Amino acid sequence: MALNLDDIKRIAHLARIEVSDTEAQETLNKLSGILGLIEQMQAVDTTGIVPMSHSQDVTQRLREDVVTATNQRELFQSIAPATQDGLYLVPKVIE
Amino acid sequence: MINSSLKQLGQQLASKQVSSVELTQAYLQRMAQLNPTINAYVTIDEDKTLAQAKAADARIAAGNAVPLTGIPLAQKDIFCAKGWRTTCSSKMLETFISPYDAHVISQFDAAGAVNLGKTNMDEFAMGSSNETSYFGGVKNPWDFDRVPGGSSGGSAAAVAARLCAAATGTDTGGSIRQPASLCGFTGLKPTYGLVSRYGMIAFASSLDQAGPMAKSAEDCALMLNVMAGFDERDSTSVNRQKEDYTRGLASMTGDQPLKGLRIGLPKEYFAEGLNADVAKVIETAIAEYKKLGAEIVDISLPNNNLSIPVYYVLAPAEASSNLSRFDGVRYGHRAAEYNDLLDMYMKSRAEGFGAEVKRRILIGTYVLSAGYYDAYYLKAQQIRRLIAQDFVEAFKHCDVIMGPAAPSTAFKAGEKTSDPVAMYLEDLYTIAVNLAGLPGMSVPAGFAQSPDGKALPVGLQIIGNYFDEARMLEIGHAYQQVTDWHQRVPAGLE
Repeated sequence: MALNLDDIKRIAHLARIEVSDTEAQETLNKLSGILGLIEQMQAVDTTGIVPMSHSQDVTQRLREDVVTATNQRELFQSIAPATQDGLYLVPKVIE
Repeated sequence: MINSSLKQLGQQLASKQVSSVELTQAYLQRMAQLNPTINAYVTIDEDKTLAQAKAADARIAAGNAVPLTGIPLAQKDIFCAKGWRTTCSSKMLETFISPYDAHVISQFDAAGAVNLGKTNMDEFAMGSSNETSYFGGVKNPWDFDRVPGGSSGGSAAAVAARLCAAATGTDTGGSIRQPASLCGFTGLKPTYGLVSRYGMIAFASSLDQAGPMAKSAEDCALMLNVMAGFDERDSTSVNRQKEDYTRGLASMTGDQPLKGLRIGLPKEYFAEGLNADVAKVIETAIAEYKKLGAEIVDISLPNNNLSIPVYYVLAPAEASSNLSRFDGVRYGHRAAEYNDLLDMYMKSRAEGFGAEVKRRILIGTYVLSAGYYDAYYLKAQQIRRLIAQDFVEAFKHCDVIMGPAAPSTAFKAGEKTSDPVAMYLEDLYTIAVNLAGLPGMSVPAGFAQSPDGKALPVGLQIIGNYFDEARMLEIGHAYQQVTDWHQRVPAGLE
């Protein structure tokens, strides 16, 4: 499927990455090349084949519901871009 | 000393011929001299490193040393190390100081190994030449005009230029084996699930696997002994008995130590796309294996050519999900100016990620988006099973599979940067192994002449069945008993 500039803008919005108009054109060219490579898959008949998500046939482990880690809020927030009173600061989202 | 094996270094430390501090200082001096040119390390912290060396010396003096105590190692900058800047070679994490240790790091710490520093890599491990790093490319020690391969390019150059005793890497589509081939050393990607991914910054979680990068198979075995093991903090860590990967090495002597070994040669690995000089080196290595007693079996991996398209759906899809955590809120880069929350996300991510990372996030977002999931993601997962089944079929007829690790020798910096698809083809012989979750390694097998007259290393890839690392290391070790390719050091760096 061929992509166009609007597709690039839509995908970039979904991915939450700002793309300028000049970047969008460059991205379109490169992504089209990669999608061309990916298209080779469509020639394969995969009827009835169970998708493989993982190389080992294992099920998710469960563990006891017990405390395993202690609160390290101050350490973790020491690397945050902006915090106040133990909270992460972001632009206002509710008027 | 810089060319000593890990075992020799251990003996020198145990017999007090050298202290860990002396050994570490020798490497730090070498790094100070060569790293400004080679750019293998992105973070060096001499105080932290020497404190570990001092602690190792105290441990040796107290008689509590274990293998690797006091040995200076390089850590790929994808592993979180507490108190160390951990960047994944991205602007996004340029100032990120990790508040915790990856499992791999704590395993080495527990063994008393010394961390020499964090090595350069392709940004978020996305690349095959180390050229997507925010901190600049890495020089191939065999020819400074050429790339070391990637994504573990810094660890690769550090091992090849003897800027560490050994190093760690990660391999999602070939990122240990391809640089091992291009830089001429031994690198092993273990079976998926053998080494914990806890604290290893995620790229494509169903494929990512950490492994050793070292001078020899024996050194890799010693490294893997420390790295492997069950960890409940990684949901895909496999709970199985600990092994000693060095256990069979000593038996690899005599006339035909590999008598009866069946080596499968997939015809697809010797078809179009393989450089003729590389093919010659691989054929010579196979002939050497025949002398060691091995039998050759012709096999086929009919879906190998589909591994690249499948990978470039699955890996970007998983990456787009994994990298959504970088939002400029809790850690990492945040744009200086923005209008609202959405704008903050979009600008922070636009500024923090490099071009290749953005491309892969966008591809991943696209193939997972409404209306395209079945045509791309599900289809790729179905073909992934076909690729894995090729190996199941092949291993009915052989014990290991051999072939090239990379289609050519190291290419020049800038040669493939403008064409992502050309770069992706670098991983033609490595990706299927990740998709199947199998172990693969690359051992130095000789040199091929470049058009401008440089001798460049070639790696032989050995692919084993699930959890067959011990046997693969024996097979690599047997070859290294009768060849000296793994002992070659680039001119001027001896």
